[in-house]
Amino acid sequence: MAAISLTVNGKRQSVDVTPEMPLLWVLRDVIGLTGTKYGCGIAQCGACTVHLNGEPIRSCITAVAGCEGKSVTTIEGLSATTSHPLQKAWVELDVPQCGYCQSGQIMSAAALLKEKPSPTDREIDDTMSGHLCRCGTYNRIRSAIHLAAASGVKGGTK
Amino acid sequence: MNTALNRRDFLKVSGAAGTGLLLSFSLPVLLKSGEFPSTFIEPFMPNAFLRIDPSGAITVTVAKSEMGQGVLTSLPMIVAEELEADWTKVQYEQAQAHPNKYGSQGTGGSNSVRGSYERLRKAGAAAREMLVAAAAQKWNVPTADCYAENSAVIHKPTGKKFGYGELANSAGTLPVPESPTLKDPKDFKIIGKRMKKLDTPSKVNGSAKFGLDVKMPGMLYATVARSPVFGGTVAGFDATKARQVPGVRDVIQFEGGIAVFASNTWAAIQGRAALSVQWDEGKNAEVSSSGIWKMFEETAKTTGTVEKSAGDPAGALQAAATTLEARYYAPLIAHATMEPMNCVVHLKADECMIWAPTQSPQGAQREAARVTGLPVEKVTVNVMQIGGGFGRRLYSDFVAEAVKVAKAVDVPVMVVWTRDDDMMHDLYRPCTYNELAAGLDRNGSLTVWTHRVVGPNSKGHVVSAAVPEYEIPNLHVDYHLLETGVPIGAWRSVGPSQNIWIVESFVDECAAAAKKDPLAFRLQMLNEKPRVQAVLKLAAEKSGWGKPLPKGHALGIACCDDFGTVIAQVAEVSLNDNGNPVVHRIVVALDCGQVINPDTVEAQVEGAIVYGLSAALYGEITVAKGRVEQENFDTYPIMRIDETPKVEVHPIKSSAPMGGIGETGVPPAAPAVCNALFVLTGVRIRKLPIRPGDLQKEGGIGG
Repeated sequence: MAAISLTVNGKRQSVDVTPEMPLLWVLRDVIGLTGTKYGCGIAQCGACTVHLNGEPIRSCITAVAGCEGKSVTTIEGLSATTSHPLQKAWVELDVPQCGYCQSGQIMSAAALLKEKPSPTDREIDDTMSGHLCRCGTYNRIRSAIHLAAASGVKGGTK
Repeated sequence: MNTALNRRDFLKVSGAAGTGLLLSFSLPVLLKSGEFPSTFIEPFMPNAFLRIDPSGAITVTVAKSEMGQGVLTSLPMIVAEELEADWTKVQYEQAQAHPNKYGSQGTGGSNSVRGSYERLRKAGAAAREMLVAAAAQKWNVPTADCYAENSAVIHKPTGKKFGYGELANSAGTLPVPESPTLKDPKDFKIIGKRMKKLDTPSKVNGSAKFGLDVKMPGMLYATVARSPVFGGTVAGFDATKARQVPGVRDVIQFEGGIAVFASNTWAAIQGRAALSVQWDEGKNAEVSSSGIWKMFEETAKTTGTVEKSAGDPAGALQAAATTLEARYYAPLIAHATMEPMNCVVHLKADECMIWAPTQSPQGAQREAARVTGLPVEKVTVNVMQIGGGFGRRLYSDFVAEAVKVAKAVDVPVMVVWTRDDDMMHDLYRPCTYNELAAGLDRNGSLTVWTHRVVGPNSKGHVVSAAVPEYEIPNLHVDYHLLETGVPIGAWRSVGPSQNIWIVESFVDECAAAAKKDPLAFRLQMLNEKPRVQAVLKLAAEKSGWGKPLPKGHALGIACCDDFGTVIAQVAEVSLNDNGNPVVHRIVVALDCGQVINPDTVEAQVEGAIVYGLSAALYGEITVAKGRVEQENFDTYPIMRIDETPKVEVHPIKSSAPMGGIGETGVPPAAPAVCNALFVLTGVRIRKLPIRPGDLQKEGGIGG
């Protein structure tokens, strides 16, 4: 066990855990932010996606030791009032069904929009094909990303 | 709430407490026998609850589980419609399990909305009449001069108005009308309108609470080492290394295996990985997929139990101008819900509290009572948001196991299933082996159809929808049910998930043998089923059936009449450079009767198609040495965004009785695609999933 310091959603945290513990479980079980989901544990489904220093990562395979001194943004930190353009677009098109995968989907989409403010279908598919949705909301996800892009506000987080 | 309270007492209690109007109703449930497995039929009369606060807030208690199908919105819409409620003031509350207060809380069989419709309408209508009566009394005017609108009662002659909140207490003192007048559907303002789902905001900001998100003070996390072989037991184990894993608190043996308790999920997973367990593998140690298929094929040589027989099938086959035979193989499939199984239990000496993502709240309650020996009223089941159900969570195995685990500790414990656990310890969609034969007369009309189904010992899951919907004069469908050692369960759309693929594929084979258009061939055998004809025609028309397509593209069609809904799908496919199928679009026509929320209907069909195509393209669980060979999404792939076809949904306005919508979209997807691939390649897919290379076989494009 060792104290590891990181910033989560703008708040400095010090966690006393085994350094190899994946960030996912630190966020969920230690810090108590459960919006980030466990789906597979092997970076196959994308449900655990968060931003590490602004880049999307799969927190289920990212040891917390590698996050020392870095900044993590989770779905809870994407916006204070569910007002990120992607969140608004997701609500507008009623994208989620069960909703379990959507935190990860939105976090990847946010990183995509930061990189490419007006992504093509192909660019959306390239990024979002790393995510599984068992409810099959894929077409609405694509439409919602276009809708958010059309709102003209840059996505992504610091 | 004391369950001994009767209806009048509820109202008095509610009025005395000043909390407003609280209603409960007992009305018959709409159940079509045989539509869902007996394992989750709850044989009690249903109720529904409606609360109107003095603030005017309207709370509808939803006694069905939310798993993405939208019941937290569609069920309140029904109550709100008859109540003449201001929709913006309506909120939902998820009901806890109760043995009889709500009737069946089982959420399956595409039955939540149609099974609740009448009683929720009556609940809303009775409340509306009581509110109108309360206002009339206050004004001392005839009720006939008053009407309800937008959460208020208005006195027509004067325009005087009371909001529902203002009337809540006085309405609560009035008698509950036994037979309230329901609205004429043509006056509906909420039902049939596109409404945003009430729980969507919580699902885009991380606040929705799924089973795995439950936190209790002092809660431990546990993993369970289960026998990798179905039905195996612990022969011995060494937990020395497991106990050394930081965070691991305890390791115990219980009837379900070895439980590892830890202060967090990761430690529980690592602790289990450090266990050394010897298993007594039991009688299923040699079970394998190849052995199951061999047993099925061997058994198919003998006559089975007759499901339906008509005319003279043997004679008709002999007399036929053309005969054809085929063997179809449907594989085992996992549910693979995105949220793996999990359950939180806090077991005390005299009560058991459970937080579970369950489709069977009452089943969970009964199981916990059985395992603990407590009476059911001492078992609380809090129903969490469900991260995908698809039938898997109709079963309470994961709840019963968690209760057993919880017996070892006096604090709350969350039993977490990893993805591997979930995939290797599912209750699978059955694999079936099918022998079919058909005969055509000189005009190419289908005169005889025979089908022998061989599958696991679970009739509802194996045989339902095996009898074709078509008018065929000579028919014989029989079946064998065998013990396989593999647990079987309901998988979104159940029997039709494999049997509609088989029937709709073999009908297509018959059409090809008759050299007839597959649409026309179907239509001429559906004269008694105009609703099925109508959806087939509409899907064909909207898809451009018979019109030119891009080079290398082809269409296939399939239909299904189940869950009270008729549906047809046309798939447009091509092959990629590797010769594997690409599904470009699926055009859907359906008639599900009265629609509550059109957006939900579309969403369910869009999702069901992805679910059906995932299975058709990738879904297969195999067993070797009694163990499931797939462990995670790398070996059990799911369709992704880049493979997903465009989906167009065309509902038919209909006065037919309300049908279900959660499952109907699944069955036709696979046969529509397979039938299109036949047009494209000449290869008939008779074994799912479609494997790379299947379409280059002899007769195909590469053959």
